[in-house]
Amino acid sequence: MSADVIARTTSTRAPSPRARAAKRMLQRLPALLVIAFVLVVVLYPLLWLVLGSFKTQPEFLSEPFWSLPQQWNFDNYTEAFVEGGLGRYILNSAIATLPSLGIQLIFGLGAAFALEIMVWKGRGTVLLMFLAGIMIPVQMILLPLFTIYFNLHLTGTRWPLIITYVAMGLPLTVFMMATYMRAIPREMFEAAELDGAGVYRQFWYFAVPLVRNAIFTVGLVQFFFIWNDLLVAMTFVQSSELRTIQVGLLNFTGEYGAVSYGPMFAGIAVNVIGTLIIYLFLNQKVMKGLAAGAVKG
Amino acid sequence: MHRTLGDPKAVLVLLGPALLVYTLVMLVPIFWSLGYTVMDGNALRGFEFVGFDNFARFFQDPTAMETLWFTVRYALVLTVLQVVVGYLLALLYVFVLRRSSSLVRTAVFFPVILPTVAVALLFQRMFELAPTVGPVNAVLDFLSLGSIDWLGESGTAFWVIIAMDVWRSMGFYAVLLYAGIVDIPDDVIESARMDGASGLRLVRSIVIPMSLPVLLSAIIFSVNGTLKVFDTVIALTNGGPGTSTTPLTVYMFRASFQYGSYGYGSTIALMLAILCLLVTLFIFRSSRRDLTKG
Repeated sequence: MSADVIARTTSTRAPSPRARAAKRMLQRLPALLVIAFVLVVVLYPLLWLVLGSFKTQPEFLSEPFWSLPQQWNFDNYTEAFVEGGLGRYILNSAIATLPSLGIQLIFGLGAAFALEIMVWKGRGTVLLMFLAGIMIPVQMILLPLFTIYFNLHLTGTRWPLIITYVAMGLPLTVFMMATYMRAIPREMFEAAELDGAGVYRQFWYFAVPLVRNAIFTVGLVQFFFIWNDLLVAMTFVQSSELRTIQVGLLNFTGEYGAVSYGPMFAGIAVNVIGTLIIYLFLNQKVMKGLAAGAVKG
Repeated sequence: MHRTLGDPKAVLVLLGPALLVYTLVMLVPIFWSLGYTVMDGNALRGFEFVGFDNFARFFQDPTAMETLWFTVRYALVLTVLQVVVGYLLALLYVFVLRRSSSLVRTAVFFPVILPTVAVALLFQRMFELAPTVGPVNAVLDFLSLGSIDWLGESGTAFWVIIAMDVWRSMGFYAVLLYAGIVDIPDDVIESARMDGASGLRLVRSIVIPMSLPVLLSAIIFSVNGTLKVFDTVIALTNGGPGTSTTPLTVYMFRASFQYGSYGYGSTIALMLAILCLLVTLFIFRSSRRDLTKG
């Protein structure tokens, strides 16, 4: 690691330990200031958001931006949920996201197993075909899909969202799952086969548990991709009943006429903090899974 | 051996669902979309064949040219800033914070996973002038530089969009490039130090050339993402003032769903796809030439 190198070179030069420490502090001061600046730039907007979600409309209009809220109650949150319909938007997003994520992961795992572990002619070509999908702009498929859903009378239901999300995520999911499966030693499957395990048994009881970490990682990436999507949701959802949280938040200002700052900040805060919690929780799980895998290996 | 793993029925059962969905929802629509480029009309009204009119219209449409110019300008500026800021952060992680960088890395990564819509609405408030004065204008006032109607003028609105996207994505590029710099073997850096290289010189002649492959993929990734910008613009400026901050993607969306012209919309989408492909190929080609020269 380069850190040792730097530490060693500085230690040979400096005369006494205390002078060395002081000199090093002084040398590092500009860097520490830069780090402090970066952290303020990243974290201050989030802090401002949370503080703002507790302020009343007059506080927004007449107090300076750095003033603290005068009360700590959840009135803005209540208003965002009751009058803004935030709860319905979150529910809509969850109903669209979770099934698409589940279907996508199961389909992707099956396809990756068939393309990477199983042996048959033409599997390389099919894998390449999936890969090509990563580069296609979504804009190219929106209009034909709109026509298809319209003619199948799916417009106005949740199906267009779920179907489109599954298909859009498949190229990356298949590609990443295939990469992880390539790392499994082939002897595992040969041994399983000698023991009389059928192909579905090998898939479900050997391959899938072995790529468990990959499932978490890919799942995390795809979850945020679907949850944060605006383009597909804007295209296929017309009725306000089915709006996802992103589309709903975008129309938040419109419903009140004049901007009602408090509830709006509360709405943004729920969206932001919810995402952060999911990230921190799942990220930890991924790390734990990695650690467990390392111990076993 | 491998009799069970060669079972065609099992291949069909495991691969079939994914392949079917992928083909019907991605591959077929791509070719379908190519067909739309020579048509006029929409799903509700029906279609008629118009030949290459849509392409001619695209190149004569001043709004289309304006959006194309905005897209290119935005992609160029943002790619440079994203990669440069990301690289500086990565250098900070590796050479200054060293092993204690994980907390800072996680914090700077936060904005990456946040919903663009939420961030855009937040930035709208931060750069607001009226009815409330946002933090940015308040600071400008305090320094007696005078406040600015950031989102009301096309010039400043462009930079607010850029600022927001740099804020949102720098953590991602920092981690991506960090992985590339950390992979440089220690003995290479150590021997360069023994030869007397330090600070800027070490970065310029050792670190940058050694992390060039990661840098290149970061640039390609960034260009392809920024050329397709949609959420940021829709939520932050909605393309305004006028159409001055409208990228191709938003114009395609308007042409298709507001003016009901699927043919023209598909043509714009195709132009975007071609643009992405050309830029990627160009970066690949120019980087290979540089490698042979060096």
